[in-house]
Amino acid sequence: MLYKRNPQLNKNGELIHLLSVEGLPKSILTHILDTATNFVSLNDREVKKVPLLRGKSVFNLFFENSTRTRTTFEIAATRLSADVINLDIARSSAAKGESLLDTIANLSAMAADIFVVRHSESGAPYLIAQHVAPHVHVVNAGDGRHAHPTQGLLDMFTIRHYKKDFSNLTVAIVGDVLHSRVARSDIHALTTLGCAEVRVVGPKTLVPNDMAAMGVRVCHTLEEGIKDCDVVIMLRLQNERMSGALLPSTHEFFKRFGLTPEKLQLAKPDAIVMHPGPINRGVEIDSAVVDGAQSVILPQVTFGIAVRMAVMSIVAGNEA
Amino acid sequence: MSHAASASAPGAGALFLDAEALYQELLRGVRQLCQADTRLVGITSGGAWLAQRLQADLQLPGKPGIISSAMHRDDFAQRGLASSAQTQLPFDVNGAHIVILDDVLYTGRTLRAVINELFDYGRPASVKLAVLVDRGGRELPVQPDFAAARVALGERQSLSLARAEDGRFRFEVKEK
Repeated sequence: MLYKRNPQLNKNGELIHLLSVEGLPKSILTHILDTATNFVSLNDREVKKVPLLRGKSVFNLFFENSTRTRTTFEIAATRLSADVINLDIARSSAAKGESLLDTIANLSAMAADIFVVRHSESGAPYLIAQHVAPHVHVVNAGDGRHAHPTQGLLDMFTIRHYKKDFSNLTVAIVGDVLHSRVARSDIHALTTLGCAEVRVVGPKTLVPNDMAAMGVRVCHTLEEGIKDCDVVIMLRLQNERMSGALLPSTHEFFKRFGLTPEKLQLAKPDAIVMHPGPINRGVEIDSAVVDGAQSVILPQVTFGIAVRMAVMSIVAGNEA
Repeated sequence: MSHAASASAPGAGALFLDAEALYQELLRGVRQLCQADTRLVGITSGGAWLAQRLQADLQLPGKPGIISSAMHRDDFAQRGLASSAQTQLPFDVNGAHIVILDDVLYTGRTLRAVINELFDYGRPASVKLAVLVDRGGRELPVQPDFAAARVALGERQSLSLARAEDGRFRFEVKEK
């Protein structure tokens, strides 16, 4: 690391950027989840908007495609009364050869207060955070295979909402772990929050070697992986990131690792099923599970707005 | 004005406030502010404790409201979002007669934020304010409809209500 201290925290240990769940103390994760609880209840009000970011500008910088994440960040920022500017960078300056830091310098000159960044290169949000002015904040909306901290946090919010406490839980993360930044953020968050057992489940070609070192149990069959667990997090098969023959076929993958109603019966009867989206019905998850009583995939999306509001309002209130 | 607040001998804690005696004053005052359909709303955390106890002592039906200033604070940029206390108003704010309760009224900024918060839920018919202690030092044109005591405190002193396990109140005076 280039940094003497965690670049996400100021000298008082307060969150100024959200770049990764890794390295954040439990107290900060819990503070984000508690704050998000306040924002969930905004739906009970006549005025579903609060003035915390009034007069601030949030720039959504998506160097890589996203619909759900970009939209929920946009809704979150507008509910905090911020002005939101969406930039489809892939089609603009970067295509004309401008460097990442020059793009950021130009947007900073347009008085940006928060950058929400998605980039295909791991570490891009760190580079930006290193170069912005002290009053500017960076939130990572997914970088390469590295991290997707707001997805990790909304997953934790969802689990806490349905299961209350992490200390007795077994959580299985199933599928294409190799290409998943969500899996990494989930594992770091679950470990920090004191989850009893975290399992990663997938074929050897899609589970990286360093998983056991992260303190998780590695399972190479779905049956072993989801037996008696409380939470099943299904991951999308990321065909677009796969080079070479990591899988025989998606049909074969579904046969071995696809979550069907029959296989879900191996988990606890009150187990919940999560998925960061976009889902591929019939590839990693059966339609009947997606639409079934144990699925909390759509509540995850709703909670994502509250969690992103919490993250942006917390970083905006802290000076570098 | 109550005898429960008095300047004691100089030295440690130059001010003595009997929170329990002041509560009895507040109970008397709030009873006079209330009409048949009044709703009590306490500001977190001290005011919420007061509202809960008053709700029981005044034999009002249901639960009192709890209100937080967190979403509307004017010092958000300096202090951040520290409080995670949550507003809970278990009644329709539209057309309601509301008495807001707080332990200490000082600059008036919390109250400004709380009134904005209240109006995010609807348009009340009337809003009154009752506090245990008015310590002066107002920075906004806000006045209580009832204060159990008025005291003068230095800028460096902070005053807040504490609740013991048995539910009894006491005041904590701290030097900043």
